[in-house]
Amino acid sequence: MRKRGLLEIFNLAKKNNKIIFLGSDLGHKTLDDFKEACPNQFYMEGISEQNIVGMAAGLAQEGKIVYINTIATFLTRRCFDQIAMDVATGNHNVRLYANGGGVVYAPLGPTHLAVDDIALMRSIPGMTIVHPSDSEEMARLIKASEKWQGPIYIRLCRGGETQTSQAENGFEIGKAITLKESGEITICATGVMVYRALEVAKKLEEEFKIQVGVINIHSIAPLDKPAIEEAAKRSSLIVTFEEHNITGGLGSAVGEVLSESLLPNRPSFKRYGFPDCYPDKYGQQDLIISHYGLDTETLTKKVSKLYRSLN
Amino acid sequence: MEQKNFEKRCLQTRLDVVEMARHGRRGHIASSFSIVESLVILFDYILNLNPKDPTWDDRDRFILSKGHGCMSYYSVLARKGFFPTSEFEGFCKLDGNLGGHPTKEKIPGCEASTGSLGHGLSIGVGIALNAKIDKRNSKCFVLVGDGECNEGSIWEAALSASQNKLNNLIVLVDYNKYQSYGKTEEVCSLEPLTDKWKAFGFDTHEVDMQKSPLDLKTLLENVGENSEKPTAVILHTIKGQGVSFMEGDLKYHHMSKITDETLDSIKSTLNGDK
Repeated sequence: MRKRGLLEIFNLAKKNNKIIFLGSDLGHKTLDDFKEACPNQFYMEGISEQNIVGMAAGLAQEGKIVYINTIATFLTRRCFDQIAMDVATGNHNVRLYANGGGVVYAPLGPTHLAVDDIALMRSIPGMTIVHPSDSEEMARLIKASEKWQGPIYIRLCRGGETQTSQAENGFEIGKAITLKESGEITICATGVMVYRALEVAKKLEEEFKIQVGVINIHSIAPLDKPAIEEAAKRSSLIVTFEEHNITGGLGSAVGEVLSESLLPNRPSFKRYGFPDCYPDKYGQQDLIISHYGLDTETLTKKVSKLYRSLN
Repeated sequence: MEQKNFEKRCLQTRLDVVEMARHGRRGHIASSFSIVESLVILFDYILNLNPKDPTWDDRDRFILSKGHGCMSYYSVLARKGFFPTSEFEGFCKLDGNLGGHPTKEKIPGCEASTGSLGHGLSIGVGIALNAKIDKRNSKCFVLVGDGECNEGSIWEAALSASQNKLNNLIVLVDYNKYQSYGKTEEVCSLEPLTDKWKAFGFDTHEVDMQKSPLDLKTLLENVGENSEKPTAVILHTIKGQGVSFMEGDLKYHHMSKITDETLDSIKSTLNGDK
């Protein structure tokens, strides 16, 4: 996904000299072809994220569209003040292309695990937050980002993920994609959890004969409230799947919509994500996800049990 | 003649600050006073600006990174013609445009919202880099505080400015030797400050802004044009400069509920001194 998105940024840069790429000491030879083809649009800065965000704000207020690329935690936690004050208050066209959303960097420990990044970005007024489900969706997002007004937090998930998005569904920032029509249950998912949501829906139907809808909420802000409200009319249970703490992420965003909706029969609701903690295990991404019960098997069991307890 | 006119402008700026404080009943007066001479030189002699077209592409950019010195900044912007001096009446008020720290979107001529220290220089690096990319000759001047140089991000920006050969970026350090709690020497020493900027890849200069402020004008006229390096100018100033009883007295760093009595005594000292 990371490479696909970077390639698309490079493609934009070739056609639009207002596109600027700012990296923070990325891997050796990253985007050498970009640097060679568009030397005035490519800047590899040092390990100095706060400065990079400020620089990006300066470039953007002069009319450039700036893509910053570094690791999600260092962008969101370290540069929160710069993002809020320098980028967001001016509604500048800065795109935060954040590697390693969730627990992609699981073996590297808590410094590199972005389980609070969506929560942090959601607290910034005017921040657009997009978490694509696969590399093709990332490519569609980057294309759409060229004309989008204001800052965007782009959360990357792992490379080599299963492709679930389809070109015919289109892509629009702020518009959720219904992958399976809502049934008795609707799963709202984002990022790599979209794939798991489809798997869980399939199992629930096959093993428990429960009709389950799946919505890919790639845009956590702006959130597609009508899509959630529509699902709420059709389903008696809505659940959210995210590779993020349950506090402040997709689940919180969907929960806010549901709790303020004026439906006569409001559905039951449950968030699935990491419990409110910093994961303290090492190991591969899938192992951490399973450790916290976010694998397909465990989620199927939990959701079916919850659904049965409600009926 | 120039000297006399310059002194008159500095006095006018300080009196404007007093009037703003009278309207808002608060403000960083001492921090505003230490940068008066520097701002008057920049806005009267150096910066290439057009108040009728504040966002003209080829203008020079100025960022007040030490946003708390904003009262003097508001004065020079208004006197340059970016907005009427009647705006002073709204200082720190609900419907006013001039706050205790400057907001870009509300103030014509203001290039960056500042107040969170350590931000302005990085924004200036981006602006200066953009001028290079667009092959424009405009320069970017950033005024930072000495206490602000405690912030790590200032030095990240310094590294980047040097690496990117931003000879169109000029950092002015208001070295008034005091920060909120005490003397910079005692809170977080910056010495050797000039050597630090030099070591970070800057051409460096020092100006005594009390004894020979107009040296800054001469220095800035062609600054950076024969060098690949960014420039840092250490401005030796005095906190509360211009009012003997305020100079070096930290109770004037930031004041709220300022009384007419205090303001009147500042004003009469200013008028008496000049």
